[in-house]
Amino acid sequence: MPQQVFKRPRALSDKPTHFCPGCTHGTAHRLVAEAIDYFGVQERTIGVACVGCAVFMYDYFNVDVIEAPHGRAPAVATGVKRAQPEKIVFTYQGDGDLAAIGTSEIIHTANRGENITVIFVNNTVYGMTGGQMAPTTLLGQQTTTSPYGRDFRTDGYPIRMAEMLATLEGVAYSTRVSLHNPKAVLNAKKAIRKAFEMQVNEMGFSLVEVLSACHTNWRVSPLAGQKKVEEEMIPYFPLGVFKERTGKDFL
Amino acid sequence: MKDLQLIKGNVALAEAAIQAGCRYYFGYPITPQNDIPEYLSEHLPKAGGIFIQAESEIASINMVMGASASGARAMTSSSGPGISLMQEGMSYMAGSEIPCLVVNIMRCGPGLGGISPTQGDYFQATRGGGHGDYYNIVLAPASVQEMFNLTIKAFELADKYRNPAMILADAILGQMKEPASLEPTEPIQFFDKPWAITGAKDHKPQYLKTLYLNDGEQEAHNLQLKEKYDHIRENEPLYEEQATSDAEIVIVAFGTASRIVKTAIKLAREEGIRAGLVRPITLFPFPSKAVYEASKRVRKVLVVEMNTGQMLTDVQISAHREADIHFYGRPGGGVPTPEEVLAEIKRSIHATAGIQAP
Ligand SMILES: Cc1ncc(C[n+]2csc(CCOP(=O)(O)OP(=O)(O)O)c2C)c(N)n1
Repeated sequence: MPQQVFKRPRALSDKPTHFCPGCTHGTAHRLVAEAIDYFGVQERTIGVACVGCAVFMYDYFNVDVIEAPHGRAPAVATGVKRAQPEKIVFTYQGDGDLAAIGTSEIIHTANRGENITVIFVNNTVYGMTGGQMAPTTLLGQQTTTSPYGRDFRTDGYPIRMAEMLATLEGVAYSTRVSLHNPKAVLNAKKAIRKAFEMQVNEMGFSLVEVLSACHTNWRVSPLAGQKKVEEEMIPYFPLGVFKERTGKDFL
Repeated sequence: MKDLQLIKGNVALAEAAIQAGCRYYFGYPITPQNDIPEYLSEHLPKAGGIFIQAESEIASINMVMGASASGARAMTSSSGPGISLMQEGMSYMAGSEIPCLVVNIMRCGPGLGGISPTQGDYFQATRGGGHGDYYNIVLAPASVQEMFNLTIKAFELADKYRNPAMILADAILGQMKEPASLEPTEPIQFFDKPWAITGAKDHKPQYLKTLYLNDGEQEAHNLQLKEKYDHIRENEPLYEEQATSDAEIVIVAFGTASRIVKTAIKLAREEGIRAGLVRPITLFPFPSKAVYEASKRVRKVLVVEMNTGQMLTDVQISAHREADIHFYGRPGGGVPTPEEVLAEIKRSIHATAGIQAP
């Protein structure tokens, strides 16, 4: 009898995604769905969608979803989690969402130690709106609003959110992973599972920053995009765990 | 006889929220409404609820959105500048049909303005305020007792129609103390919320969203919202009428201004001038029919507001076309005296031309 070793996670719908072919949002979605399946929490999970490429989350996850205004997902998630502490609540946000318009919400939600999980997809651009500069855009990187390349004198420096948030007491887990090759995907899978585990164990706020290519707006092929992640993004946005709470030492 | 307590408007409102089953408050301090979060920070936890002082009004309203989307009664409160920051969230809630209560204890603007009483946020409250085609349900108390009663009513209407509701009051109503009964006059209504996002345990996954990209979907959604607002307009207007049956002039005023007008009407009647009052209690839905009927009988109309003429526009839309409408307003923290209003009543009676600038 052949044995099935690979199948669609229950928490993922079978709807074809709208993402550009080759985009790693689909991979990230799958990893989140696998984590939800792993902990058997699909029926008590609530997703908070942001604006940007990931807004159609409710089409792809078989869970209840609420759509938050641009950047405000952590505040909406706070309200959901406070009203339903027994539920698993996660936000899924881009870098424009989390590191620009929603900086205040993410910092304070993390600082309160809200027991939620944040999946933060960093592709260094505003994908949905056509590739404008993001707070994470690399120095020298050309975007539609930094046509001469990002210059720190006018635009400041790319923000390292995972490191910054790791400094906050309320954070239980902050890590950066990537999806540029199969090994990186496996590491990302572990990290996302860990982030949900933190929430399941009521350890506090968890964040996984996922480096992701946006080859459409970077104007390169999908494979060249993965290469850029490895050669240009990772040197500035190092992978690794920046904070991991091991016990309920915060109590 | 119900027990009366000498109590501050803001506190009566906060107590009403707890009695109405509100268990989640998220807010950010701003004068002149701070008694509300201060009271709730003390009493909500005792009632099994949660109080969070958020980092901003933007965060506050979005936390309210999350808690309300969970099926709970949730609220926030603020004043002018803070309400401006909440408009984005209120638009999203109207769009995804999530109820909530937002309290605006108005202070005078625009901008930082001052903390003294005004009615300058009428447009912002009654015209939606945020982006898109929507309305808030707006209730305007005129006493501490109504700060209590209408807060309960606001929660009920919000849930009934799955729409943000607003209490629009001012610094006087928030800060003054009056005797009031803190017992609901009727049993408080609660509503089933099968639409709430509570995890897809007993149902298919469901979504609370505002994004409709497919051809015609957004329009269909907005038309459905319009139907709801039409229904609210038809069924929920509240108003108070006083001394209009024999009136030669009818004054339209809401909230604090209506109390001053009541005194002015007494003064007028002592002088033999037959003045009456129509006081809108709901500002959306505006009691257009009541204003129309009164202005049809009594062709002289005077609108008194603590702004430069915002509700005036609703009166103009509603009034009989032959009504002679006058306006008196004190914007920017100035509170009209009954004598000033009496003088305006006299002037309006003798003037033939329409609206006058303040
Ligand atoms: C208040 C507000 N401002 C701007 C926008 C327009 N907008 C939609 S998506 C987006 C950028 C999203 O970028 P990011 O969060 O990086 O997500 P991505 O699309 O790259 O996945 C912007 C600016 C909006 N919807 N709301």
